[in-house]
Amino acid sequence: MLEIALDARRGSFHLHVECRFTSDWTVIFGPSGAGKSTLLRFLAGLDLSAPSRPQQARIALDGHLLTDTSSGLSLKPGHRQTSMVAQQSALFPHLSVAANVAYGLHHLDRASRQSRVAEMLDLVDAASLIDRRPRDLSGGEAQRVALARALAPKPRLLLLDEPLSALDGAASDALLVRLQSWATEHRAQTVLATHDATDALATGAEVALLHEGRLTAIGPAAEVLANERTRLAQRLSLEPN
Amino acid sequence: MDWQALALTLKLATVTTVILLAVSVPLAAILVLGRSRWLAAVEALAALPLVLPPTVLGFFLLVLLGPRTSFGRAITSLLGHPLAFSFSGLVVGSVIYSLPFAVQPLVAGFSAVEPALVDAARLLGASRVRLVRTILVPLASRSLIAAAVLSFLHTMGEFGVVLMLGGDIPGATRTLSIVLYNQVENFDYAAANRTAAILLALSAFALAAIYLSGRPRGGRRA
Repeated sequence: MLEIALDARRGSFHLHVECRFTSDWTVIFGPSGAGKSTLLRFLAGLDLSAPSRPQQARIALDGHLLTDTSSGLSLKPGHRQTSMVAQQSALFPHLSVAANVAYGLHHLDRASRQSRVAEMLDLVDAASLIDRRPRDLSGGEAQRVALARALAPKPRLLLLDEPLSALDGAASDALLVRLQSWATEHRAQTVLATHDATDALATGAEVALLHEGRLTAIGPAAEVLANERTRLAQRLSLEPN
Repeated sequence: MDWQALALTLKLATVTTVILLAVSVPLAAILVLGRSRWLAAVEALAALPLVLPPTVLGFFLLVLLGPRTSFGRAITSLLGHPLAFSFSGLVVGSVIYSLPFAVQPLVAGFSAVEPALVDAARLLGASRVRLVRTILVPLASRSLIAAAVLSFLHTMGEFGVVLMLGGDIPGATRTLSIVLYNQVENFDYAAANRTAAILLALSAFALAAIYLSGRPRGGRRA
């Protein structure tokens, strides 16, 4: 369970979120500029020091505090067992795909590292890319590799910020199913931020609706996204055959 | 040609460059990654030799390292000889004098690395040392080369600090710049021309190497 109490201001933007994500897989749905990425960065432990520090923050995962501004506690990003994948894949351009995926596995011996890299690349259907350089990858391939790199350390909290935006619909859906199954198997609490209603509905998970920095609803996807679902259905019925 | 002075100059420039890189890489990383409000003051201090007249810096160091100060006396008793008017003293002076020429290209290079890459490395558990070693330095390798070449060349051509702090002791502190000064003073313009030509050729060669290494094949607008 992920508990969040956060109050942060950036210029005129005010992010105020107080909630508990009880499901293993939660989708934060909202339009661009709603504060999804900002929230995920705080959860990851990024932007927690001056000058972007939030006024108040308390983040706990399964009862373990990750951040608590009232007691001055803030675990460093690398000490939170948290991985994040953003829209921008941020692969290290000077390292091969294998070295990128292995970057967070320095605590493992060589054989275990190699085996984990192969396993993760296989999971995201990118095993054939193992020796390539990031500059030789398409946008979709780079996102698959970034996912493999984020999953490799087996995080307890997985933060996904529109991570499949460069993949086509069918590939994105297939990967989402694999990701969900992997997260369940490895007990990784996952928070997926998206402005795409189809992504939010596809997972059938808990959905939190974020609008202008405030959570306006939280609950099952079918309930929270009922309006979006109707809008999509109407749009599809209007599409010419 | 004063081969002894040439060898001493090359030795001074090499030792200074190695020390400067060892000091400047962590210093530049702290300046780029750190958040302390004091870092602005540290950065200004590191840039001070850029605007300080070399003779002023040389004079301060001469006083600081000499027998008039307790620091100078402590160094002298520790080493068994004074740092002023010795090769080691020249190295200290050169490192301080050329510090901005190493730090500033590295700060620019490290700052140019995409923040998303730094965030990714931190999330994957990289310590600051590992982040610098495996991400910042490789991605700013051209800045590292620029820092090394600029430090080397700046030390090669240094005059004011060398004269103030080291004087003109053959084999110990007489560098090519001092030789050139002596040749001009003695109206030996032919020898001065040769010495100046060597310094000019070394500078031109090194700068050409920097610019060629940074130029993409086919030109910048290819």
